[in-house]
Amino acid sequence: MQKSSRLAIYALVELAATPDRQVSVSEIGEKYRVSAHHLAKVMHTLGRAGLVRSTRGVGGGYSFSGNAKRTTLLDVISLFEDTSDDCQLADPSAATSVEWVLFDVMCEIDDIAKATFGAITISTMLKQTERRRQPVGDEAAQD
Amino acid sequence: MTEPAPATESFLGGKIRIRRVTEADLDQVVSLDARVTGNAKPDYWRDIYERYATRRLDERFFLVADVGDDQAGHPILGYIVGEVRGWEFGSEPCGWIFAFSVEPGTRQQGVGEQLFQAMSDAFKSAGIRTMRTMVARQNQLHMAFFRSEGMVAGPYIQLEMDIDDKIPD
Repeated sequence: MQKSSRLAIYALVELAATPDRQVSVSEIGEKYRVSAHHLAKVMHTLGRAGLVRSTRGVGGGYSFSGNAKRTTLLDVISLFEDTSDDCQLADPSAATSVEWVLFDVMCEIDDIAKATFGAITISTMLKQTERRRQPVGDEAAQD
Repeated sequence: MTEPAPATESFLGGKIRIRRVTEADLDQVVSLDARVTGNAKPDYWRDIYERYATRRLDERFFLVADVGDDQAGHPILGYIVGEVRGWEFGSEPCGWIFAFSVEPGTRQQGVGEQLFQAMSDAFKSAGIRTMRTMVARQNQLHMAFFRSEGMVAGPYIQLEMDIDDKIPD
């Protein structure tokens, strides 16, 4: 998974946890130890996809505007990476049997990864996050 | 098993009740399964009923959901079937869920969640602390549901092959 996809998932879970609150890019960036510049680009993509909305001015920021029960991790990753046909042989007509067998193994792994990402929603992420609260990371972020 | 969790209010306008299946429910279970899978299997369900609703009830659980009071005739909204299995492939005894369905028109209203919770309670009362199930990769509905209930990939990987494709020695 690319860094942008990971940041997008962090941001969406963060915003969906408190849907009525406006959260700034710098606040999310600080919590997840990433640059506000990179995060701003990610938020722009999420905004175009209708998953977040931004409010300008004092007290402004981003809020979650998607459907947490319907939006899967695969939906989010697909905004930043080509997930349509990850498993490809460069030159099928010239491929050897070893290349074909390794290709089959890679496709098997891809299929499982896609099925997993496609089954986990933002809502499920929120539930799991509650169950796995980290005394150091989560508490420090609240200070 | 312990008594199922108390019924709760839902958008269904009544109380979802979770209870053990009865023989009178069987036709509705067959019908629900046929509508969801497109494949009617009355003989299979008769066998499942005989094995999971009439014997070794302390470790076999065939539960159904309805909008319940004590009167008969309420439509079945869903079912879940599971049993305690031990020592397969070296596994400690665990609870296996091998059949689960919710009436399509009543999904997203807590029926599946209550069936799952009742099965979880039943396994707990049988001394079991781990539940397992198997889901087709393309069945995103069931995958997403079980994930939302907290299930994650377990320590076993399911393998299969076409027997005609066996690699020669």
